[in-house]
Amino acid sequence: MATYQNIFTQVQLRGHPEAGIDLPPGSEPRIGKGSFNHLMGIIGHAQIGPVYLGWTGVFALIFGFFAIEIIGLNMLASVNWNPIQFVRMLPWLSLEPPGPEYGFTPFVPLAKGGWWILAGFFLTTSIILWWIRTYTRARALGMGTHVAWAFASAIWLYLVLGFIRPFFMGSWAESVPFGIFPHLDWTAAFSIRYGNLFYNPFHAFSIAFLYGSTLLFAMHGATILAVGRYGGEREIEQITDRGTASERAALFWRWTMGFNATMESIHRWAWWFAVLTTLTGGIGILLTGTVVDNWYLWAQQHGYAPMYPDTGVIDPATLGSAGQ
Amino acid sequence: MKRTIAIAALASAALTLSGCELGPKQSVQNGHRGTGMDTVTLKKVAMAKDDVPAPPYESPSTEGPRAREVYQNVQVLGDVSEEQFTYTMAAITAWVAPEKGCNYCHNPENMASDEIYTKVAARKMLQMTRNINQNWTKHVATTGVTCWTCHRGNAIPANYWALPEPGTNGIIGNRHGQNQPLPASAYSSLPNASLALYLTGDPKTDKSIRVVSDGMHPTTANKLSVKETEPQYALMNHISTSLGVNCTFCHNAQAFKPWNISTPKRATAWYGLRMVRDINGQYISTLKDVFPAHRKGPMGDPFKVSCATCHQGKSKPMGGYKMAKDYPALWGSPTATPAAVPAAPAAAPAAPAEPAAPVAGAVTTATH
Repeated sequence: MATYQNIFTQVQLRGHPEAGIDLPPGSEPRIGKGSFNHLMGIIGHAQIGPVYLGWTGVFALIFGFFAIEIIGLNMLASVNWNPIQFVRMLPWLSLEPPGPEYGFTPFVPLAKGGWWILAGFFLTTSIILWWIRTYTRARALGMGTHVAWAFASAIWLYLVLGFIRPFFMGSWAESVPFGIFPHLDWTAAFSIRYGNLFYNPFHAFSIAFLYGSTLLFAMHGATILAVGRYGGEREIEQITDRGTASERAALFWRWTMGFNATMESIHRWAWWFAVLTTLTGGIGILLTGTVVDNWYLWAQQHGYAPMYPDTGVIDPATLGSAGQ
Repeated sequence: MKRTIAIAALASAALTLSGCELGPKQSVQNGHRGTGMDTVTLKKVAMAKDDVPAPPYESPSTEGPRAREVYQNVQVLGDVSEEQFTYTMAAITAWVAPEKGCNYCHNPENMASDEIYTKVAARKMLQMTRNINQNWTKHVATTGVTCWTCHRGNAIPANYWALPEPGTNGIIGNRHGQNQPLPASAYSSLPNASLALYLTGDPKTDKSIRVVSDGMHPTTANKLSVKETEPQYALMNHISTSLGVNCTFCHNAQAFKPWNISTPKRATAWYGLRMVRDINGQYISTLKDVFPAHRKGPMGDPFKVSCATCHQGKSKPMGGYKMAKDYPALWGSPTATPAAVPAAPAAAPAAPAEPAAPVAGAVTTATH
C-alpha cells in the first residue's frame, strides 16, 4: 500500500521494450530499439526510445542548435571569450535586438542586432518544425492534435513578443532581448512605458488562467495521488471499469464543493486554462502600443482603475521656473 | 538519518536567514492605504548618525571690514566679514583637504594667486554652493548644502560620474553599454550610463525623462520604444539606490506618471534633477579646461554629480542635519563680486542684473 504513496515510482517494469504500433507508410524508421534507465524510471517511464526524429525533428534540432550557438557565442564574445566571466556574468549577459534607429528592416549590421534577428529566425524555424513534428506524430499514432494546438498557443505569445508586435510597431527595439535578467528588465520597462500592464485586461485574463492552471494542476495531481492506493493512476483500467478510486475522487470533490469534474473533463479544464494563458497574454501584448498606449488611462476610462484621493501634488513642469 | 536531516535543516535555515536583515524595523505609511506605499527603515543602524564635523571654532562676527577689502582676489566670498572669511576657509580645509591643508589650493607664498588649479575650481564650487542655497530652495529647503555635503573629507567626492566611452564596433567585449552588474545601474542589466543621457546639464544632450504617454491611444507625440525606456528605468533605480528608498517613496505604483497621486517628495526630486543638471551644466562642465587630465573621465569631461553625490544612501543627506546654518558665508549671492576681478572666470553663471540666469538654463529643460 505504501508503494503508491511515495514521491518516486517504486515499481519499475523490465522486459522486452515496447515498440508501439506500426508506423504509417512513408514514415522514417525509428531510431534505436529502446532501452531501460533506472533513474528515469524513478520519475517517469523507465523505457528510453525508440525515437522518431524524422526530417522535421532533424532540422528542428539543427536550427535550434544554430540559435543557441548564436546566442551563447555572442554572450561569450561580450566577455572577451572568458569562460569564467561567462559563467559569473551569465544572468546579466544578453543578445540585444536592434536599436530604434533600424526600424523593422531585416538588414541590420550583425553586431548591432543582426545576430539577434538571425538567432530569432533560427529559433522560430526550429520551433515551427518541432510544432509540425508534434502534429504529424500525433496523427501517425491516430491521436488528436491537442498537444500541437496547445504548443501553438505558446508559439503565438513568443511570436507576438519577438515578431508580430515589433512588425506592427515598425521597430525591432520593441522586442525582447535573449538573456536572463535582460528579458526581466525588458518586462518591467514595457510595463512602465505603457502605463502599467496590470491595467491591461488581457494581461489580467492571462494571470487568471496562469494561476488557475496551477490550481487545477494541484487539485488534479493531488486527487489522483490521493486515490493511488486504490489504483487511481491506472487511467485505462479506471476508464474501462470505474472502480472505487475514481468514485472516491469524484465523491471527495462533491462532498467538498458540491461539484466534481469527470475523469475526462478535468483534462479539458486543464487544457483550456493552459492554452488561454498564452493566448490571452499574446492578445494583451499585441494591443499594447498598437491600440492602447497607456493602460492606466484606459482602465480609468473603463472604470476599473481605483481612484485614490488626490494628494494635491502638482507637476512642477507646469509651474514655470525650475528654481526658487 | 533523522539527525542528519535535522542538522541539514538547521544549517539551511541559518544560511537562508543570513541573507535577511534581522534587526527590528519601522514601517511608515506614506500613501493611501492599500497601495503598498510604506517606507521600511531599520530602527537601529550602526552608522545611522552621519558624522558631521563641528565648526572649526565658534562662528565669529558678521560685522567689520569685508573680506575683499582685507584680502586680494576674493571674488565670491568678498561680501562677508573678514572674520567670517577666515572661519569659512578653515572649515573648507577640514571638509575638502584635511590632510593637505591650505596648500591644497593656495600657494603659501601668495595666497591670492590663482596658479593652483584647485583654487579656481574651489571658487566655482563656492559659487555653486551659494547658487544651490539661494536658488534651489525647492530642493534643499532651509537645510542648504556645504562642501561637506558632497566631499565628506575627500578632495573628490566619493560618488561621481563622467561621460562613457563610445562602445566598440564588433561583438567582442561589447555589452552595448548594459548587462553589467554596476552600482550605476543598481546591479541590474539596464544601461550603465543612463546619467549621461539625462543629467549633463546641456539642454541639447539631455533627454526627457518622461516616457509614459499623455493619452490613452498611440499618437506620434510619443514614439519612444521599450529599449529607449530602459535608461529612464535605470535613472529611477539610481535615484532609489542613492536615497535608500523604494519607488513608493515618491510614486503610487498604480501609475508612475500622474502627479496627483504621487507624494510631495516627487516634486522635491523633480527640482533635485533640475538642480543636478544646473550643477553639471553651469558649474562643473565649465571647469573642463581647469582640471588636469587625471581629474577627468575617459572622454575628457570633469567628474559630474548625481543624486548619490550628496545623498549617499539617505533620503536626506546626513539625515537632514542642518549644518549649513553655521556657515553664513555659504548663503550669499552666487555671482562674483564685480570689484576685484582681474580675470573673470570663463563662464560666470550670471550677471548681477539677472540673478535668475542659471535658473533660466534649467527652465529650458523644465518640460523634460
